[in-house]
Amino acid sequence: MPTSPHGGEVTIKPHLVCVVPALVLTAMPFGLVAAGTLRPTQTLVVIGVAAIAQVVVHLQYFLHLDLKPAPKNKLIALCFVTVMLFILVGGTLWSMFDLNYRMM
Amino acid sequence: MTDAVITAGHNDETEAQVAERAIDEKACGFWIYLMSDAIIFALLFATFVVTSHNTADEPGGHTLFRFPHTFAETMLLLASSATLGFASVATAARQRWRTLTWLGVTFLLGLGFVAMEVLEFYGMAVAGAGPSRSGFLSAFFTLVGTHGAHVSVGLVWIVLLGCEVGLRGLNPFVASRLYRLGLFWHFLVIVWISIFSVVYLPGIL
Repeated sequence: MPTSPHGGEVTIKPHLVCVVPALVLTAMPFGLVAAGTLRPTQTLVVIGVAAIAQVVVHLQYFLHLDLKPAPKNKLIALCFVTVMLFILVGGTLWSMFDLNYRMM
Repeated sequence: MTDAVITAGHNDETEAQVAERAIDEKACGFWIYLMSDAIIFALLFATFVVTSHNTADEPGGHTLFRFPHTFAETMLLLASSATLGFASVATAARQRWRTLTWLGVTFLLGLGFVAMEVLEFYGMAVAGAGPSRSGFLSAFFTLVGTHGAHVSVGLVWIVLLGCEVGLRGLNPFVASRLYRLGLFWHFLVIVWISIFSVVYLPGIL
């Protein structure tokens, strides 16, 4: 993590390196939509692929995500899953009951 | 927020180790928060996709979204991601005023983004395409509005953190807050990438 508060070698370079592919991956879908040369389905595929690629670029360079195993925190993972299920299940029940109510 | 957290049972650690562990734990906790936020956005995206054709015979994205507007918003956020990265580099180099400068630039770019979004929402509402008009518009305002609310909170955070950097200097705890602000902000830019790819560009197409 080059920008971690714990020090280490830090330069501005990785951020500049990230900006270039980010700009290219933004310009590509916008350009295709503006130009309208490809068929809509093809353009949609390009938009999707560019979006996924750009998310990966941002995760790697800005959020410094890597695949190193972290030794941490089964308990925290468990708590997280609990919260997640609460949001998903609770939210689903809420919206479906609300939908039912409005359809009556 | 207090600086000293969870020290029980680790009496033989030095103060610096305690501080570092506290900072690590906060970073980990913040990741978990971001993941739960990601779930919320994922559900809002799902809702939007499901309702994106339910326009109730009213204008859809093709007539409502304006290409240059969306492009400008995207550029503002991308630039703000880069400038916040520069701020974190300045922080790591212990350069207080350069940190403040880049934070200020990031704030202005983010403010520009929020202002453009408010203008867009206002224009749509005045044109009779408010959130109550159709399922498509409800989902659109909820998704994009939730993102805009997050960015607004990020702006408040930048201001508060800027004050702290100015008053207290760059001690490790302030630096760690800046690090978490960075996580938050870059995460929001990633959400925006998904928004322009799922909502705006297919709508304009």
